[in-house]
Amino acid sequence: MAVDILMPALSPTMEEGTLAKWLKAEGDTIGAGDVIAEIETDKATMEVEAVDEGVLAKILVAEGTEGVKVNAVIAVMAEEGEDAGSVEANPVPASPANAGASETKSPVPVVGDSGMRPLVSRDNRPLTNPEIPDGTTFTDTVLRDALRDAMAEEMRRDEAVFIMGEEVAEYQGAYKVTRELLQEFGDRRVVDTPITEHGFAGLGVGAAFGGLKPIVEFMTFNFAMQAIDHIINSAAKTLYMSGGQMGCPIVFRGPNGAASRVGAQHSQDYAAWYANVPGLKVVAPYDAADAKALLKAAIRDPNPVIFLEHELLYGNSFPVPDLDDYVLPIGKAAVKRAGTDVTLVAYSRMVGFALEAAEELASQGISAEVVDLRSIRPLDLDTVVESVKKTNRIVTCEEGWRHMGVGAEIAAGVTEFAFDYLDAPPMRVTQKDVPLPYAGNLEAMSLPGPADIVEAAKAVCEGM
Amino acid sequence: MAKATTTKRRVSPKLKRDEALKFYRDMLLIRRFEERAGQLYGMGHIAGFCHLYIGQEAVVTGMQACLKDGDQTITGYRDHGHMLACDMDPKGVMAELTGRSDGYSRGKGGSMHMFSREKNFFGGHGIVGAQVPLGTGLAFANKYKNNGNVSVAYFGDGASNQGQVYEAFNMASLWDLPIVYVIENNQYAMGTSVQRHASETELYKRGISFEIEGEDVDGMDVYAVKKAGEKAVKYARSGKGPYILEMKTYRYRGHSMSDPAKYRKREEVDDVRSHHDPIDGLKGQIIEQGIATEADLKAIDKELRARVKDAADFSLQSPEPDASELWTDVLLPVEA
Repeated sequence: MAVDILMPALSPTMEEGTLAKWLKAEGDTIGAGDVIAEIETDKATMEVEAVDEGVLAKILVAEGTEGVKVNAVIAVMAEEGEDAGSVEANPVPASPANAGASETKSPVPVVGDSGMRPLVSRDNRPLTNPEIPDGTTFTDTVLRDALRDAMAEEMRRDEAVFIMGEEVAEYQGAYKVTRELLQEFGDRRVVDTPITEHGFAGLGVGAAFGGLKPIVEFMTFNFAMQAIDHIINSAAKTLYMSGGQMGCPIVFRGPNGAASRVGAQHSQDYAAWYANVPGLKVVAPYDAADAKALLKAAIRDPNPVIFLEHELLYGNSFPVPDLDDYVLPIGKAAVKRAGTDVTLVAYSRMVGFALEAAEELASQGISAEVVDLRSIRPLDLDTVVESVKKTNRIVTCEEGWRHMGVGAEIAAGVTEFAFDYLDAPPMRVTQKDVPLPYAGNLEAMSLPGPADIVEAAKAVCEGM
Repeated sequence: MAKATTTKRRVSPKLKRDEALKFYRDMLLIRRFEERAGQLYGMGHIAGFCHLYIGQEAVVTGMQACLKDGDQTITGYRDHGHMLACDMDPKGVMAELTGRSDGYSRGKGGSMHMFSREKNFFGGHGIVGAQVPLGTGLAFANKYKNNGNVSVAYFGDGASNQGQVYEAFNMASLWDLPIVYVIENNQYAMGTSVQRHASETELYKRGISFEIEGEDVDGMDVYAVKKAGEKAVKYARSGKGPYILEMKTYRYRGHSMSDPAKYRKREEVDDVRSHHDPIDGLKGQIIEQGIATEADLKAIDKELRARVKDAADFSLQSPEPDASELWTDVLLPVEA
C-alpha cells in the first residue's frame, strides 16, 4: 500500500514550515536515508530523509509552499510492486503533537490598517500608551527578530558591546536569535564559545570588569545553573563588595521556562531564583516591542541584567513601533488590558494566557485587568497595587513553581500595601509542584494555561 | 615546594642594588603586614576569615616586577600580599580588614573581597577558582581593545582542581588571550596535601592538553620568580596566548586563622622557615654581595614595622561605615 510522506516537525516547537525544495521527482526510486526534500522553518533549513524504500508516486505540496502544517501529507510513495500511477493520499487527521503548546498569536487586536497598536479596554476604547508617541506606525515583527534588532542596534551604537555564547556566530544562534550578527559585526564581536557555561559566564564577567559590555547568551537558562556562581557571586555582588568600584555591565540572556516536550531538565522558570538576588535586574518581557526596548535598556544598563526570553514566543509576531531608538526603562509594569473586576498579573508567556483568559472572562461578564510585570526585579508593585485598588481582586500567573515563587512575593506585596482594598485572598496560578513531565498529557496538566487563570479569576470573583 | 627544588644554594649573579633592596623591602612589608594582621585578628579587631600570605612573599613580589602600567592582577582570598605588591596603601587594606569606612571597599568587602581600579587590582575573590575565568575575561578585554596589556591570575594548588580553571584554560588557549596563570602551589589545599588532592602533582603540566606552555619555578626565590615571570609575561604580551607558571612555595601559617594545622608536622614548617625562607635568602645575598649591611637592613625593617603599625593604628581609628552605607553600591544608577 502507498506510504504517506508527512511534513516533519524539525524542532520541539515547530508547528509549520516552508517546503523549500524537492530533491526527488515523481517516478524517482527512493532508498531509505535518501534526502528527498528541504524544509525551512523560521530557524533553519533542514533536509528530509526517506524512511522507507519505494517510488515517489505523487508530490502533493509543491516546492516553495509556505505554512505547511506539521504532519500534513506532502507526498505519497508507492511501495515495491505497486503501481505508482494509481496511489492515492490517505487522509490524515490533524496532529495532536503540539496540543499543549497553543499560542495566542495576536492577543492585542490591531485596529484598522494604520499600523497603530492601541491597548484596548474592555469596551474596546483604545488606551494611549505614554511610551509611544501618537502617530507612530508599527511593523509586525517576530520576537526573535526584535531581539536580534535590539542587539544589532546597540552593537552599532557602542563598540564595547559584544555577544558570546554557544552557537551564536556561525550557526546563527541555536534559536536563530543572533541571525546575521556575525555577518555584520565579525567574529571579534560575535563569539562562539565552547560548551562551557561556567567558564564563559566568568569570562564575560571579567570582560565586563575590564571595560566591555558583554551579552552572554545561554542556549537556555537551564544550562545557566552551571554558571550561576559567576552570575551571583561575581556579577551581582562585586559592586557592593568593592565599595562601588567594580561595576559589571553585562546581560545574561536566553530562553527560560518550558519549551515543548523537552522534559524537566530543560523546562524551568528561573525568574524567582534570580529575582531573589540584590545586585541583579531581572527582565521577562512578553511581546516583541517590550522585548526589543527592554533588551536595549538592559545592554545600556551599568548593572548585570538577567534577560529571560521564552522559546515558545520566539516565532510569534507582534507589532513593534517604527522608532529609531525605542528604549523602555527597566522596572515598569504595563497594563496590557484594562478591567474593573479582577487583576491578572503575569510575565513572559503567561501574559498571553492572561489576555486570552481576560477575553473568556469578558464573555462571562467579568472584567479582568491584565498587568504585564515585564521586570521581576525591580518589581513594579505600584502598578499592581494601583490596579488592585481598582479591582479589589488579584490572580498571579507564572510558569514557575508556586513555592517561594513570584506570585508569593506579589501576594505578600498587595497584602502589605492594599490589604483594605482586597475583597478576596490573592490566588496564584503556577506550574504544578513537580519536575515538568515529558508525557504530553502530564506536561499539559503540569503547566498553567488560560483555563487555570479563568478558573482562579472566577474563584476570587465569587459573590461579587 | 621548597624542599624539592631549593636545596641548592642560591648563587645568583651579581644583584642590582636598587632592585635587590626593593625586593627586600616589598617582601618584608608583606610579612610585617601579615604578622600584624594576625595579631589584630587575635585581638578581635579583624573578624571572619583571614588568610595570611606569610612564606609566599617572593611569588607576588617577583611577578609584579614583570608587569607594566595597565596590566591587571586578580587573585583569590589569600590576597593581602597581592594588594601590597600592587602598591595599594597598607592603611586602606588594613582598614578593610577591620571593616572600617577607610577600607578599600569602605568596610563592605573584608579580607577576601578588596579591589582597586586605580591600581588595576581586580580582587580578592572568595570563591575558589572564580578568579581564573574572571582574569581570563580581563585578558579577553585586553585583546578586544588591542591595548597590549596582560592580566595575571593567581590561584592555589587547591583551586587548580576546579573545573572552571580548565574551562578558562581552554578558551584562553583557543583565543590566544594574553594571560599568565600563576599557580601558587603552597602544598596544601586547606588541610589536604597536594599528594592527596592532585592526580598529577606537577601542576605546571595541567595545561598540556590545552597546549598551554607551563613551567615550575622556585617560588621561594624572588629572582627565579622574576626570571620566569618575565618570560611568561613577554610570551603572553606578544600575542602567543596564555602561559602557566607553577610556583613551588609554602605557607607558614594555617589555611586561615582558625586552622590548627594538624595535617603537617611542626618540623616541616620549621625546615622551610630556616632553610628556604624567601626573605632570609635574599637578605643573605644582599649582605654577602655587600649591597647593604645587617644594620642597613635592620633599619629598613624598623621603618616597615613603623609603617605597618601606622596602618594598624589607622585601621582602628577609622570609623565604622555610616549606617547609610548599608544601602549604597547595590546597583549603579542608570544614565538618563
